[in-house]
Amino acid sequence: MTSAAAVAGLVFRELGYPAQHASASTKIDGIKPSPFSTTETVTPAKDVTTYNNYYEFSTDKGGPSVAAKDFKTRPWKVTVEGQVPKKQVFEVDDIIKMASPEERIYRHRCVEGWSIVVPWVGFSFSELIKRVQPLGKAKFVEFTTIYSPGQMPGQRSSVLEWPYVEGLRLDEAMHPLALLCFGMYGESLPNQDGAPLRLVLPWKYGFKSIKAIDHIKFTDKQPYNTWQRSAPSEYGFYSNVNPQVDHPRWSQASERRLGEFRKRPTLMFNGYEQVASLYSGMDLKKNF
Amino acid sequence: MVRWFKPVVFAACLLPVAHLLWAYYHDGLTANPIEFITHSTGDWTLIFLMITLAVTPVRKLTRQYWLVRYRRMLGLFAFFYGCLHLTTYVWLDKFFAIREMLADVAKRPFITAGFTAFLLMVPLALTSTKWSVGKLGGKRWQALHRLVYLSAIAGVIHYKWLVKADITKPVRYAVLLGLLLLYRFIVWLRSRRAEAPVAKAQTQVS
Repeated sequence: MTSAAAVAGLVFRELGYPAQHASASTKIDGIKPSPFSTTETVTPAKDVTTYNNYYEFSTDKGGPSVAAKDFKTRPWKVTVEGQVPKKQVFEVDDIIKMASPEERIYRHRCVEGWSIVVPWVGFSFSELIKRVQPLGKAKFVEFTTIYSPGQMPGQRSSVLEWPYVEGLRLDEAMHPLALLCFGMYGESLPNQDGAPLRLVLPWKYGFKSIKAIDHIKFTDKQPYNTWQRSAPSEYGFYSNVNPQVDHPRWSQASERRLGEFRKRPTLMFNGYEQVASLYSGMDLKKNF
Repeated sequence: MVRWFKPVVFAACLLPVAHLLWAYYHDGLTANPIEFITHSTGDWTLIFLMITLAVTPVRKLTRQYWLVRYRRMLGLFAFFYGCLHLTTYVWLDKFFAIREMLADVAKRPFITAGFTAFLLMVPLALTSTKWSVGKLGGKRWQALHRLVYLSAIAGVIHYKWLVKADITKPVRYAVLLGLLLLYRFIVWLRSRRAEAPVAKAQTQVS
């Protein structure tokens, strides 16, 4: 009887997705276009706001848009510390005002093998670096997502180690493509897409583009990012999009652009060849 | 217990694919429809395998022996959803690129497991008729159809090997399958202890 009940439970759970919600956002003024934008077809906002890998809220793609509905993004403090002249705690709105907002239409490639094109709004992370003036010892930047298990049900599970950590080499963080992002589609970020502040690194797999940032640390030690910690043989520190380096369990040679029927070949660095110089001389199979 | 008509149960078994069709026409297949269909058909293959494996324990424990009349239909629906799942992979993922698929089966363990699980269901589907039982003889037919245990195990392994980090769902299936197989293991242990006379009952063409 318990088997029958368990099976019935499974049956009910599989019977479909809950209603999707996109959270309300506010319009951003004064957005300038960027030469870094691609001319490829933009993915509809509806898809980008209801298809999310955001394990802090849910491991189902449709989960975060529901579970993050009441997530509080103000007030929000961002601490900048480590190898800097002095530790600073910013209000996120003061960070957002550091430079004029640009629209960056970037390709976004998930390690799972799907991709989208999103018109992000933000400015180069180098603008923040310029203002906080890290010390000479700083070689890396480590980012941390807020730890809020009361609001983030996924953080109460052990699917990953919390809070979520990501990192970049300082020269990667200084690259103009590295985007400190607070909006998309002309409006502030929806909760399920990483509000109020996230990174977007278009030449790397999507999990490097950390969401809901509340700590930024300049450090001389390479950060131990969460996915590498979870499965070091499968996810590395650099995680550059590379069709020649397969995930141990699946190929990275092709991807499904959402909205397209046939798969398309994956491009080296997701087509952002201008970052290649950051990795000249590096064995990208070893440093995956 | 209500004895439902076979057509009603048949229609119920079609609900998952009907739901997929409905979702297709109502924009309900998420932003990645092919992924959604693949996962959905895979889930239903496993669910129907579990339901099929649950028939014998449930009918014996509740003494509703007539339930066995639905076991073949349920098993064939597991094969049906398995075929849909395989078709999604062959057509919508690989676009019939045979060399790529062979490479996948050889290099990607989770695909090896999945393909194995499917292959094991084929002889069972082919010998699902009363004619086959007669041709093979009850004992041989029953031995062949024990392959369903291996198919279900391969299916659960396939699932575990493809998820990124969240093993919750594969583990749930594994636990359920474990219970369903444990029941049979206990029954088998008991029959060994009871020895010869009980063996004659094996000819039951259930």
